[in-house]
Amino acid sequence: MADVNRGNRPLSPHLQIYRLPLVAKISIMTRITGVGMMAGGILVIWWFVAGAYSPGYFAVADGLLTSWFGKLVLIGSLWALWFHFANGIRHFFFDLGKGFDLPVVARSNWYVIGASVVLTVLTLMLV
Amino acid sequence: MSYKTDYNAVAGLGRANEGVHHFWMQRLTSIALVPLTILFLIPFGRALGGGHEALIATYGQFGNAVTAILFIAVACWHFAIGMQVVIEDYLDGGARLVLVILTKLFSATLAVCGVLAVATILFRA
Repeated sequence: MADVNRGNRPLSPHLQIYRLPLVAKISIMTRITGVGMMAGGILVIWWFVAGAYSPGYFAVADGLLTSWFGKLVLIGSLWALWFHFANGIRHFFFDLGKGFDLPVVARSNWYVIGASVVLTVLTLMLV
Repeated sequence: MSYKTDYNAVAGLGRANEGVHHFWMQRLTSIALVPLTILFLIPFGRALGGGHEALIATYGQFGNAVTAILFIAVACWHFAIGMQVVIEDYLDGGARLVLVILTKLFSATLAVCGVLAVATILFRA
């Protein structure tokens, strides 16, 4: 094996150096947002449990969720929710076998990213 | 000609019959969550930060309480099966088993806490 040419040969793309297409990055983000939004989920459930427990305890939960820390977690989770939601809608189309052409995917990538931002801002403004 | 038995050709490749149940439930819960997410967020966002009176005023209403209960139950279910897929994709053996069990217990506990809390608020209002 000593005289085998080991240099200068094309290598298959390795995960660490291969630039993932945007659709793959969005796919990974959908997982991360799915798991990550549980941070907000736990806070919201705690808020309800505190509300069922007593008005005094609820004041603590309501105060924490509207503090800067609570807002940070909730707004982050809200964006994660809408991102996951938007890519989930796209996956309904993928499941139906539609939208797999690369130019369509290139466009729907930005629909997903745009929708996640627009829906987050809309929710914060209207709700 | 292959001398493999029929069994040997499929052993270890996953289940027959109910194999797509998990996949299908993920889709069904996703579809349910599309309207539920929107219907949950609107009253929740309005009640948030309004103190105990706003909580009672919002979730003392039957429709808001039912939407919240459905949203919490379906979202926890969706989380449980989604998280299981994530764990199964990245982990093997004992760690996989333990984390999947913890995920199920955690999701079920969270769902029961959320559902009972909203129901309690509704019945007390």
